[in-house]
Amino acid sequence: MNTSVTLKKLAEKFPDSIIETHSYRGDDTAVVKKEDIVAICTFLRDDEALRYNFMMDLTAVDYLGREPRFEVVYHLYSLPHNQRVRLKARVSESDCTIDSIVPVWISADWFEREAFDMYGITFKGHPELRRILLYEGFEGHPLRKDYPLKKRQPMIGPIN
Amino acid sequence: MLADFIESIAKIVFIFSINLGFFAPILGWVERKQSAVMQDRIGANRADIGGFTIMGLFHPIADAVKVLTKEDFIPAGANKFFHTIAPFICLVPAIATFAVVPFGGRYEIFGHQVNLVIADLDVGILYVFALASLATYGVVLAGWSSRSNWSLLGGLRASAQMLSYEVAMGLTIIGIIMVYGSLKLTEIGAAQANFFRWGIFLQPVGFILFLTCAIAENKRVPFDIPEAESELVAGYFTEYSGLKFVMFWMAEFLEIVTISGIVTTLFFGAWHLPFVTDAMLLSFFQFAGPNGAAILAMLVNVATFFAKVSFFIWLQMSIRWTLPRFRYDQIMRLCWKMILPISLINIFVTGLVVLL
Amino acid sequence: MPDIEKDLHTDYMVINMGPSHPVTHGTVKFLATLDGETIVDLKVDIGYLHRGFEKMCESGTWQQVIPYTDRLNYVSPLINNTGYALAVEKLIGIDTPERCKYIRVIACELSRLADHLTNVAAAGLELGAFTAFLYFVEARELVWDLIEDLCGARVTANYVRIGGVKSDLPDDFKEKTARVFKRCRELWLDVDKLLTKNRVFIDRVRDVGVISGDEAIAYGFTGPCLRACGVPYDVRKAQPYLVYDRMDFEVPIGEKGDNFDKYLVRMEEIKQSMRIVEQALEQIPRGPINIDMPQFRWQSKDDIGNRIDSLIFHFKTVIEGIKPPPGEIYLAVEGANGELGFYLVSDGSGKPYKCRVRPPCFVLTAAMSRLMKGRLIADIVPTFDMINMIGGECDR
Repeated sequence: MNTSVTLKKLAEKFPDSIIETHSYRGDDTAVVKKEDIVAICTFLRDDEALRYNFMMDLTAVDYLGREPRFEVVYHLYSLPHNQRVRLKARVSESDCTIDSIVPVWISADWFEREAFDMYGITFKGHPELRRILLYEGFEGHPLRKDYPLKKRQPMIGPIN
Repeated sequence: MLADFIESIAKIVFIFSINLGFFAPILGWVERKQSAVMQDRIGANRADIGGFTIMGLFHPIADAVKVLTKEDFIPAGANKFFHTIAPFICLVPAIATFAVVPFGGRYEIFGHQVNLVIADLDVGILYVFALASLATYGVVLAGWSSRSNWSLLGGLRASAQMLSYEVAMGLTIIGIIMVYGSLKLTEIGAAQANFFRWGIFLQPVGFILFLTCAIAENKRVPFDIPEAESELVAGYFTEYSGLKFVMFWMAEFLEIVTISGIVTTLFFGAWHLPFVTDAMLLSFFQFAGPNGAAILAMLVNVATFFAKVSFFIWLQMSIRWTLPRFRYDQIMRLCWKMILPISLINIFVTGLVVLL
Repeated sequence: MPDIEKDLHTDYMVINMGPSHPVTHGTVKFLATLDGETIVDLKVDIGYLHRGFEKMCESGTWQQVIPYTDRLNYVSPLINNTGYALAVEKLIGIDTPERCKYIRVIACELSRLADHLTNVAAAGLELGAFTAFLYFVEARELVWDLIEDLCGARVTANYVRIGGVKSDLPDDFKEKTARVFKRCRELWLDVDKLLTKNRVFIDRVRDVGVISGDEAIAYGFTGPCLRACGVPYDVRKAQPYLVYDRMDFEVPIGEKGDNFDKYLVRMEEIKQSMRIVEQALEQIPRGPINIDMPQFRWQSKDDIGNRIDSLIFHFKTVIEGIKPPPGEIYLAVEGANGELGFYLVSDGSGKPYKCRVRPPCFVLTAAMSRLMKGRLIADIVPTFDMINMIGGECDR
């Protein structure tokens, strides 16, 4: 299968940022450097041949034991051209931050909050980064692989 | 004197028992069953005494027992006095307005003129409006004294809505008053002996406007934003339970009856059967002698009146279960920008027609 | 006038439409800052129904995730089942038999019917049109009866399996469906007469919750809410899965993006879903309903009892889980609320390494504060209804 339009144009425009690409089962994927994520996303959104206007999903995966540990995964969809692409940016545990792409697509707002809540990845430049699905006094980030399934949390009382 | 006294007591007892004893409980049952029929289901039919359910007619009794045995609480920090007195201020006008509604005409029984209305006031219809305004205090007090943002919102909405629609309601009635030339409800009722002099033919627009304003005054759907269940969690009576809660509900049901009574009196011939005058009735019952005829004619007229009242109760229930509810600003716009101008035009047109 | 306003010490009132409130069906907290009745700011808090779906998926096998997917969008569980099964099948690289695809289409569309009926009914209920609610609840009961005939449960269906479905269609399914749909169409006409031209209803929902197509896309809207804005995106047409490309159906598109258009789009989609089910029942071929690969899906109890390799595979897949090759995929199906995406990462073992659901109503709820700024508090009711936020899906 020939590399799709998206991956070709990405490789042309950002040759240093792309670490690897693949199209497993037809899903175009590009692993990129986390520093350039905002530039790449803006390019993908605005370029005429690409026009990725939907930021469908933003999540993270914890590859415990691998360095860098986390991978922030972005799923984009272009309505005019009806194609999808996946971007992955590797984030290490020691420097657990990445730029927020809320300026590019506002739908990333709550998704980034959820990734922060579940994995502890800080999104720099996010307007209001706080927990979304869990309560304020929750300790830890549950979807990390070293968070035990049956961990108990301390009891909390009423907020005020 | 004694005869007058007995007559007054008898009328008060009759109206009181009909209203509080019959209509208030039965309307709860009617609401459940009518809504069930309209919605293709059976409705409440489980309450039984000794195994007999009689289509759910024991439910009002069950409701009464439940409500009387509930804990009566006042929210912490609420003003105890106002919180307690608010339901009374709502309920008393609802009961008292029926005092001027005539449920029959004048009859000569045993040499004594019986006038089937508790209080034949000269100001007639104005008494009803005056008392309806007092009910607004009850609602606002309930909303404010419950010390909850939700109740406060409900109370505020209620005050604005009820005040606006009282103004409009007053104006819609002026047409009828001009046509019949009197404020006394008994005279308006008596003037409708001829079928074609019924209010509905003389003032059709006034009827629709008045019914709308009255339903809005009563805070029933589609105008029930003060208690808008899905937005304000029961609005101004969120913090009420037990007997006080039931007093609000009874006030609402009794106002339905009162509105029906007033609409019947003003627009639908009061106690008259169509095409049948009092004289015809008396001559029809001649076989029972003059007193007996009068009594039988009285019974027929009272039955007719309450049949018409029941019809309007049914109509209001149907409206309640069909329409969605308005938004707050749409209700205000409806009153001030639509009903008020139309009622003013109605007054002018009626005036012209009466002059000519 | 401005002088009077300066002297009046007015404060903004903060009101809490808390997690338990008649209109926030789905447990959401709205903190509304009000100026009178106008909303100055609306903060939305979700997470009251968070049950740790992803963490639980990682601790069970691939097949054990299917009952959890039921409880995501619990009003249309079969669509979640199907989406997940399709995603795992894409990960493995297998394809199910034709009959299974048709049955899955029927299951999905019945679920979509149930979801849209529930949503329109709830909208009617919360605006005060109690009768319209009960009519559509009757229609939903009939659809649930059909689903019960199909899979044995009305709501938590747990019907679709990886590589097939649990059991075949019952024998009289086609006749039953014809009867149910006849009654549903009658009820649809009733509710249409009660609501669509009702001035009171239109006043409540017209021009409320308006959002333009481009802004909706920026917010990530999909599904009926996006189509109401005029953007023709439906995953069934854009990237057809199962046998949707053989079905003849239309996708209703709105114009203004207000609540009334969302209501109309959903009403029309109810009719289209019924069409699809009827076509699928016409076209469905005979054949097996499970793929013949015992290492992923066992055919039947006979099969397990008689073939030794099936028995061994059955034992291993139940104890250790099926083993898709390592890799990651993303698959989107058209849920009742929009694009329901599954992002699965496999490390070759029997347990999912990551099982992510892209919830359609998550982004819709996020847009609530934008939709509600400057409107009255009574507008929260129809807008939140039409967004159809399902707690199970939003919070997982």
